[in-house]
Amino acid sequence: MSGNTVVENSPVVENEICVSIGADQDVVAARQKGRAMALDLGFSAGDSTLLATAISELARNIVSYAGRGEIVLRARKNSGRPSVTVIARDEGPGIASIEQALRDGYSTSGSLGLGLPGVRRLVDEFEITSEVGRGTTVTVRKWKG
Amino acid sequence: MEVPILKQGEILIATVQAALTDSDLLQLRRALVEKVAKARARAIIIDLTAMDVMDSFASRTMREVAHMIRLRGAETVIVGIQPDVAFAMVQLGLSMGGVTTALDLEEGLEYLHRKFRTIV
Repeated sequence: MSGNTVVENSPVVENEICVSIGADQDVVAARQKGRAMALDLGFSAGDSTLLATAISELARNIVSYAGRGEIVLRARKNSGRPSVTVIARDEGPGIASIEQALRDGYSTSGSLGLGLPGVRRLVDEFEITSEVGRGTTVTVRKWKG
Repeated sequence: MEVPILKQGEILIATVQAALTDSDLLQLRRALVEKVAKARARAIIIDLTAMDVMDSFASRTMREVAHMIRLRGAETVIVGIQPDVAFAMVQLGLSMGGVTTALDLEEGLEYLHRKFRTIV
């Protein structure tokens, strides 16, 4: 199951960073690296903050639900319009109902449950794949405005 | 990253100086709730000017601080949330609930001074 599809059309990878996520300081490191990458590509301060906020939520989900995982940040200048792609990957318990997880107000960890629907509003493209017992991968992309 | 908490009269001022991790936020919450009683403060101001991101955890922790401080008989004013950060918070669906906010430290202090003068 997936949300909006993130299309991979022969990308020109300019720069890729992998941040391993296992503790709460990694959440801050990942979002700061993502912001720096966006600013490097000429993103506005506002869009860079939106991206950094999305990364913060995705990285925290990894820490709280899976314990550990990784965040890959990919900068692209695909024939003109730059973008940052964020791949948040873990081998945690997975999500039984993605549909439910994408609904505002749903949470299994006693948190506010604003995680995924909120993240979706912060970015331009959003895709999630998950398998119970195998893990979850969330891929989001933000284009330079 | 410990957040320094200064006492100015009856007000405690916590100035965040860099991005905070979740455990830093929880440590700040604990420190403020303890210090507000010890210092017999009537209000606290939390200056978030240096906060790079206010995500769901940070926002929730700030609301909890304000609630706990209220239960201890004092008031909380959150100041310094940057425009980009505020925009992202709204997009994410977060709110500060009934927590008092002000533009910056100066405005926050002025608000409290005005309020205390009218009470006394």
